[in-house]
Amino acid sequence: MIQGLSRQRKVWQAVMKTLCYISIAIVTVLTAFMLIYVFVKGLPEITWQLLSTSPSYLRHTIGILPDIMNTIYVVVATLVMVLPIGVGAAIYLNEYAKNRKVVELIEFAAETLSGIPSIIYGLVGMLVFCQFFGLQTSLLAGSMTLVVMNLPTILRTTQEALKTVPQSYREGAFALGAGKWRVIRTVVLPSCINGIVTGCILSVGRILGESAALLFTTGFAHNLNGFFQGLRSSGATLTVALYVYAKEQGEFDVAFAIAAILMILTILINLATTFMGRLMERRNGQ
Amino acid sequence: MNIKKAKEDVIHFIFLILGLIAVGSVLVITVYLVISGLPAIRQIGLAEFLFGTRWASTAAEPEYGILPFILTSIYGTAGAIIVGVPIGFFAAVYLAKMAPRKVCQVMELCIGVLAGIPSVVYGLVGMLILVPGIMNIFDVPDGASLLAAIVVLAVMILPSVINVSLTSLQAVPREYEEASLALGATSTETYFKVTVPAAKSGIFTAIVLGIGRAIGEAMAVMMVAGNVANMPSLFQSVRFLTTAVASEMSYSSGLQRQALFSIALVLFFFIMLINATLLVIKKRSQTV
Repeated sequence: MIQGLSRQRKVWQAVMKTLCYISIAIVTVLTAFMLIYVFVKGLPEITWQLLSTSPSYLRHTIGILPDIMNTIYVVVATLVMVLPIGVGAAIYLNEYAKNRKVVELIEFAAETLSGIPSIIYGLVGMLVFCQFFGLQTSLLAGSMTLVVMNLPTILRTTQEALKTVPQSYREGAFALGAGKWRVIRTVVLPSCINGIVTGCILSVGRILGESAALLFTTGFAHNLNGFFQGLRSSGATLTVALYVYAKEQGEFDVAFAIAAILMILTILINLATTFMGRLMERRNGQ
Repeated sequence: MNIKKAKEDVIHFIFLILGLIAVGSVLVITVYLVISGLPAIRQIGLAEFLFGTRWASTAAEPEYGILPFILTSIYGTAGAIIVGVPIGFFAAVYLAKMAPRKVCQVMELCIGVLAGIPSVVYGLVGMLILVPGIMNIFDVPDGASLLAAIVVLAVMILPSVINVSLTSLQAVPREYEEASLALGATSTETYFKVTVPAAKSGIFTAIVLGIGRAIGEAMAVMMVAGNVANMPSLFQSVRFLTTAVASEMSYSSGLQRQALFSIALVLFFFIMLINATLLVIKKRSQTV
């Protein structure tokens, strides 16, 4: 078939195909390079001592245990707050709302939120949570900022999942005499739990990678605290610690160790979302 | 019965409130940015603030002109789009139409990882590979420059450009392609002259989303762009709107601090412009 083509068409076709191959090669090489470079530089730096201690000025050692704990605290606190709000908003949109205008308004707001850059979240979070609410620079203030940031993610994934719950489930439960809230609680929510879990995983990924929004809201102390004490005090998460170690202190070994840890977490989160996606496909297919 | 109804109403109301939190957040963010951003603009003067070419916030006689930041943000974003979008576009066409299933699956994971890498990690790698690289290749005194920022931003927008274009390419009805093939076009011609135009609005969306991501990125840019308030030039150290806010916030006070909020307001204005564009694209593609 190709033989009948004019020279011009053949050349055009070859050029387009080559461009495609080059582009995909660039993307592959980039990903491979990022992974290999960070792992080669970072993995050897990860030692038990680094993972299990706090930084000490006396012994001139650096430990990232406080940063790891802070990251976990922030993830937990953010999810605890954003889940009820996001899932609740999605339930309202999908189950309760009758007024088209209100639905459009909320969806528009969610879309606007997802477009706002994290540095603006950091700034407004500082003004509202740290100063206006008097939380100072603390993990709690940072978590609340992240709640607003992750709200659209949870809202959207839950909403998608709610849409896949067959109408007949609800009708069946209503026919048995259950009230609306009971139907939502016992029938609708359990059948879209996968979607909510996916939203959570995506949010965890975003929280782990976030730095600009946290710089002014959580600060960058390296103190080891318990959960509730930690929420009230300032502390660096892994990404913020990476930034401080690399940019301000020139400790590139530590920075790469943190980068390697973050990369491993990124890969795990991606595998988890892919797995959840397959699980949902299989379930919906049945 | 009445109690039950009252309970349902209360629950309905609670969910309504939860739904409105998103709306409230947008309002609070807008109001706070406007309130805290306007005083400095009023004091400095709008024209002087937007078109002043010198930023010297800590000088004895401070000057607050943010034209360098605005231009740097625009140039940097444009550069990232020019470098990143073609790569992302062609990669998306390949993945949507030509790639074998196995390759597709592997690439999906690759792109997911690329999208998930925290911006500080991009910044770190850029700092240690790109900055010295530019210094050596182009023989300039410092590699921390607009060029380095453009490359990092181009890489960072790749995943979203690929993903959004890919989705819209895959959504094109199979019949369009079949008709084109039946008329004697080759498969490559069909992909580029039938499928791509049909997926136009999705690809536009991808580009606009890329612009939004590039203009809003702070940390990675802060680590590679050198952070000096110069007028933009490819091999010079520059400061973006985002990094202007981030770099001085921790030690600022008084008018300087207020001016930083004004910069954030300008950035917010750009983002809203981008959001509006996205909305228009969406509306148009729905009506066609």
